[in-house]
Amino acid sequence: MTKSYEEIPLTPIADMPSTMNITGLWRVIRPVVDKKKCKKCTICWKFCPDAAIVLVEGVPEIDFRFCKGCGICSHECPSKCIVMVKEGSD
Amino acid sequence: MTGNYASAYGAKLSRAEVIAAYPITPQTSIVEKLAEFVSTGELNAKFVPVESEHSAMAACIAAETAGARTYTATSSHGLTLMHEVLMWASGARLPIVMTNVSRAMAPPWSVWVDHMDSIAQRDTGWLQFFCQSNQEVLDTIIMAYKICESKGVMLPAMIIEDAFILSHTSEPVDIPDQEMVDSFLPAYAPEFKIEVGKPMGFGSLVKPDQYMEFRYKAMLGMKAAHDRILRVEQEFKQVFGREHGGLLELYRCENAEVVLLTAGSVAATAKDVVDSMRSKGVPVGLARVRAFRPFPHDEIRALGSRVAGLGVLDRSYTFGAAGAMFSEVKASLYNCPKRPVTKNYIAGLGGRDITPKTIERVFEDIQLVTKRGEESEVEWVDVAGLPRWWR
Repeated sequence: MTKSYEEIPLTPIADMPSTMNITGLWRVIRPVVDKKKCKKCTICWKFCPDAAIVLVEGVPEIDFRFCKGCGICSHECPSKCIVMVKEGSD
Repeated sequence: MTGNYASAYGAKLSRAEVIAAYPITPQTSIVEKLAEFVSTGELNAKFVPVESEHSAMAACIAAETAGARTYTATSSHGLTLMHEVLMWASGARLPIVMTNVSRAMAPPWSVWVDHMDSIAQRDTGWLQFFCQSNQEVLDTIIMAYKICESKGVMLPAMIIEDAFILSHTSEPVDIPDQEMVDSFLPAYAPEFKIEVGKPMGFGSLVKPDQYMEFRYKAMLGMKAAHDRILRVEQEFKQVFGREHGGLLELYRCENAEVVLLTAGSVAATAKDVVDSMRSKGVPVGLARVRAFRPFPHDEIRALGSRVAGLGVLDRSYTFGAAGAMFSEVKASLYNCPKRPVTKNYIAGLGGRDITPKTIERVFEDIQLVTKRGEESEVEWVDVAGLPRWWR
């Protein structure tokens, strides 16, 4: 609901960090990692523009709360172990 | 000292805590001097050399958001490169203070004075002060921090020095005692700031249902700045014994039939011309726009209702319209029941000298159009090829 100008701060200041805003719902395609093919080069982790990849012993784990399915990790992976699949399919 | 050193001393006396800067002629000696103050330990500040003016302003925004008092200086193309982030500074309500050494825009390439760079930033939400002397530069920086950091204002300010005429010309300047400045200007204490261990989101997305209320608040801040400027100047006068004329300085305007309105260093020349014309019994006066933002609408109306002719000398030109100050002055006067005849004079672009002779001819022209009516509303002065004005 719209607040009166008297009730709001001088400038938009949120009392929570932006990570509270779960943006993964925007996704229409999602990365699927073949962990056996992964060479642990960490390139996907470096390129992810939203820091939505966590490395577990060098292998990428996608944080689907924030992954928007841009496909950059899949495009950059030199060993082709990340494929993009349509959301809702297996 | 030069206007640039006056700026550096103003920032030092105000105890700026973070200074981010990129060199550009004719501003560079301001931040060189500040770098020297920081390196010798005379000023306890973090000096951040950056790769562009856009980054300089971005660094000031970040530091100010973290609760530091910040300062930067720029000129001309540097200022216009900052344009985007100038908007951010005011929207985020950060009371950053910056000197702009006003210099013409290229092409034609120029390093000399005119006000095009500053005027082009008039819609960014910054307070803008045009200075006439080096003393005023130093004093206005100290006052600007106090004006801008007050709770009702919380907007940034631009202190405008004319290139070379002020920036590189030495004048006697009184440097106030640090203890006096400290008692006049308390440390910066913002309501909100970035703090480790207390995560907050600054400058987040606001949807159409709430955006206008934030802009309305910024408008109120700029409106409040008007009275705040006057009050802070009175406090300044009590402590330091000097004042510079509020938002609109009036010089010998009492019983004046025609008045010339202008801004910046040319006002000093024009005051001399007023003195010499007054000594011959010609009733002329000078009005100097000191604050261009907020614009002194009420002061202009009060002046306009008691003079017959009001000339406006702009040191910039808004293509397709007129001089920006002229447009503002006319807008102020439109709803007044008693209005003077007005005329715009465009002069001194790219550092062309505005001589006493030119100003005298401008005064004579205002007197003429006041009697006869105007032939052209906007006239370019001292342009080779225009026979009427070319000396």
